[in-house]
Amino acid sequence: MPTKIETAANFSTAKEKKQILLQTENMSLFAGEQELLSGVSLTVSAGEIVTIIGPNGAGKTTLFRVLLGVIPPNTGSIYKKPNLRIGYLPQKITVDPILPLSVSRIMNLTGNFSVRQIENVLDETGVLSLKNKPVYQLSGGEFQRVMLARTLLINPELLVLDEPVQGVDYMGESELYKLIGNLRNKHGCGVLMVSHDLHVVMASTDRVLCLNRHVCCEGEPEDVSQHPEYLRLFGLDSGSALAVYSHHHDHTHQLSGTLREDRP
Amino acid sequence: MILDDFFWRAVIAGMGVAILAGPLGCFVIWRRMSYLGDTMAHSALLGVALGIFLEVDLIFGVFVVAIAVAMILFIFQRQKQLANDAVLGTLSHASLAMGVLAISLMSWVHVDLMGYLFGDILAVDMTDLYWIYGGGLLIMLIFLWLWRPLLALTFDSELAQAEGVPVIRVQLIFMLLIAAVIALSMKIIGILLVTSLLIIPVSAARRFSRTPEQMALGGALIGMASVGLGLWASLQIDTPSGPSIVIAAVLFFFAANLFPLRKFQ
Repeated sequence: MPTKIETAANFSTAKEKKQILLQTENMSLFAGEQELLSGVSLTVSAGEIVTIIGPNGAGKTTLFRVLLGVIPPNTGSIYKKPNLRIGYLPQKITVDPILPLSVSRIMNLTGNFSVRQIENVLDETGVLSLKNKPVYQLSGGEFQRVMLARTLLINPELLVLDEPVQGVDYMGESELYKLIGNLRNKHGCGVLMVSHDLHVVMASTDRVLCLNRHVCCEGEPEDVSQHPEYLRLFGLDSGSALAVYSHHHDHTHQLSGTLREDRP
Repeated sequence: MILDDFFWRAVIAGMGVAILAGPLGCFVIWRRMSYLGDTMAHSALLGVALGIFLEVDLIFGVFVVAIAVAMILFIFQRQKQLANDAVLGTLSHASLAMGVLAISLMSWVHVDLMGYLFGDILAVDMTDLYWIYGGGLLIMLIFLWLWRPLLALTFDSELAQAEGVPVIRVQLIFMLLIAAVIALSMKIIGILLVTSLLIIPVSAARRFSRTPEQMALGGALIGMASVGLGLWASLQIDTPSGPSIVIAAVLFFFAANLFPLRKFQ
């Protein structure tokens, strides 16, 4: 059973005020015998940043696929605000140099946006100067900013970001989280993202949901970082700042290629 | 009339398949499907045998068998027991072996095996031209409609799916088109070399392309030039048409990479 931490008094009142964009209730997904997601309940409201953390293979990307409607859940329900506009940033995409695509071209892969619209969103994420660059030449951080700009084209009400800082260097990570926070403030959209690391994301998220097939614990980042379930999951013996910090090193190491595995 | 000449029939047929091979070949290399194309092509001999046996047009037989092989692959890929290259290798050689066996068992017909394996310009008749230009036009129209969704899913299939691209349907239609192009090019290039027309010209064109469309167009042009040069050489020095076209394409490929134009865009 998920353990909910609702120490912050303003949490429940904020929920009442804000419009619910996305809500799942007791949602499960099976692959044959195996339970991929077990009784997941989560809510994302307008203007709120919710971060999902969890170990590799915890079902984070699978959860996103269900939320985006790519695979239907076996049990439970998903509520989406009618005609919800979702801007989606998938897990790190690798673009082969054999494919000649420019930055502005990938903005229009499935949509039909004007040059002005494209320039506006690229400017918003600070990568307007890369407009004509071939995609495969971008650095990790540049690419993620371009993909983030791409999510803004449809004027989204909800951003769904799967590891937005993947492939980004340590300095760039907090910059990118800051940018996501600014976009939330400016557009008033909700944000649901996956992060590998509570330590870095802590400052820029409102709520954290710790996932390991089921929701282990949920609440404000400071509370989750002290929660026994969280500590058990990440193999920490104490909740000290030092321990959280060393956990960070653990995962930076794994980042260099092993995080794609829960993608089929 | 020009079409009465076997050489010009071969040239016109070859140009037709080269035009198709440009845009389709781009996706074959972007999606890393060259070995898949090869596997489908190797099954073509079985298609030839089927066509002879059922007394239908050989192009139709090849098309049907190539699709069957593609579907078997599709099923195998889903169950994930074997690595992809092992499945491809098995199917490729199994179908080639079955093709050779089937043809040698049909002792009542004389089949020019070398001609099918490596291409024969003498073999192109008017029916083939109708197939190539009629079928080619249909393939081109379908492919124009498929271009954008296919490009989106080549960039990232997860993203494309989330943005409403019917990923599986698009992939299946693309496989059908590849099977059709293989069937149409078989007589000119030959079963063993047919995928080279899909791969080499577009690889040569990559260097001069800044957009996907430029690469497709460049691939078609280089493919046409390869067909022209290869068939001309084939006529002059009496060599099989397929290898001559492939060597011409390879020459263009090396020339493109030696060209000190500008860096890889």
